[in-house]
Amino acid sequence: MSKLRAFGAFWYDFVIGDDWVVAAGIVLGLAGTYGLHRAGVTAWWLLPLVLVVLLPLSLARAVSGPLLPRRTHGPRTPQASPRTPPGH
Amino acid sequence: MSAAGSALFIAVFLACAVEAVEATTIVLAAGTARDWRSAGTGSVAALFVLAVIVAVLGPAVSHLPLTTLRVLVGALLLVFGLQWLRKAILRASGHKALHDEAKLYAEHLAEAKGQQARRSFLAPDWYGFTLSFKGVLLEGLEVVFIVLTFGANAKNVGLAAISAVCAVVLVAGAGFAIKAPLARVPENTLKFVVGIMLTSFGIFWGGEGAGAHWPGSDAALLVIIPAVALFGLGLTALLRRSVEGGGGSGTRLPAPASPVAR
Repeated sequence: MSKLRAFGAFWYDFVIGDDWVVAAGIVLGLAGTYGLHRAGVTAWWLLPLVLVVLLPLSLARAVSGPLLPRRTHGPRTPQASPRTPPGH
Repeated sequence: MSAAGSALFIAVFLACAVEAVEATTIVLAAGTARDWRSAGTGSVAALFVLAVIVAVLGPAVSHLPLTTLRVLVGALLLVFGLQWLRKAILRASGHKALHDEAKLYAEHLAEAKGQQARRSFLAPDWYGFTLSFKGVLLEGLEVVFIVLTFGANAKNVGLAAISAVCAVVLVAGAGFAIKAPLARVPENTLKFVVGIMLTSFGIFWGGEGAGAHWPGSDAALLVIIPAVALFGLGLTALLRRSVEGGGGSGTRLPAPASPVAR
C-alpha cells in the first residue's frame, strides 16, 4: 500500500508539482477556450489572460508561505523545498 | 532550418541540457564515492528503460489525433512551464535558494560515502548502481517527455531527438571530461529560459488544441515568447523589490544582483 502511495505521490509531484492551483487554473483555461470556440467567440486571448492571473497568484502563494518552507529561527539560510520534483 | 524548427531545436536543447546537468552530477557522485562500474551499469540500465518507454509511448503518442495531442501537451507544458518559471522567478528575486550544482554534488557525495557496500548480481556496488539508475531515469523521463511532446506537436520527432542527443552528449561529455559537476553552467538562467519556452509553447499548442485560432498562425509564437519573457522579468523585478523592502512572510534569501538568476 505504501509503495502504491509512493507511486501516486511521484506522479502527482511530477505532473501537478507543488501548486495544484496552477494545474486547476490551466484546466479551466483550456475548458474556457474550448467553450468560447464552440460558442463562436474569438478565444485565443483566454490562455494568455490565464497566465497573467495564475503566475502572480502562484508566486504570491509561494512568497506568503504555503509553497515555501517557513523560517522559524536563526539566520536566513537556503533550504530546499521538500517536495521539489527532480529537474525543476 | 525554418523559424519553427529552430525554436523547437533550441527549446528541446536547453530543457534537455538542464536535465543532463542534474543527471551528470548524480552519476559523477555515484562513480566518485562508490564505484565507477556500478555507476556506469546503473546509467546504462536506466537508458535501457527509457528506450523501452520511448519505443512504447512514441508510436502511441504519434497515433493520437493532433487536436487531442495539442490539448494534452499544451496542458502539461503549461503546468511544467509555470512550475519552472515560478521557481526561476523565486530564485532570481531572492525568495528561494539558487540551484547550486557544486553543493548538490557535495551532498550526494557525502551521502554516498556514508552507505555500506553491498554486492548484487547486477553490479559490484548496489548503492552506486541504484543512485545512478534513479538519477538518470528520473531526469531522463523529463527528457523523454520533452522530446515526445515537442516533437509530436511540431510533427518533427526526429529533430527533437537529435536536439536532445546533442544536449545530453555535450553535457555528459563535458562532465566526464572534467570529472566534476558542471557548476559553471548558468543553470538558473537556463531554467528561466526553459520555463518561458515551455509556457509559451503550452499557451500556443493548448490554445490551438482547444479550438483557438492565433492571429498570424505560427508567427504568434514570435509575440508570445517575448511577451512571456517580459512578464516573467517584470514579476522578478517586483518580487525583488518586496525582498529589498522586507515584504512577504515566507523564506527570503539575499537577492542576487541580476534580475535573472545565475
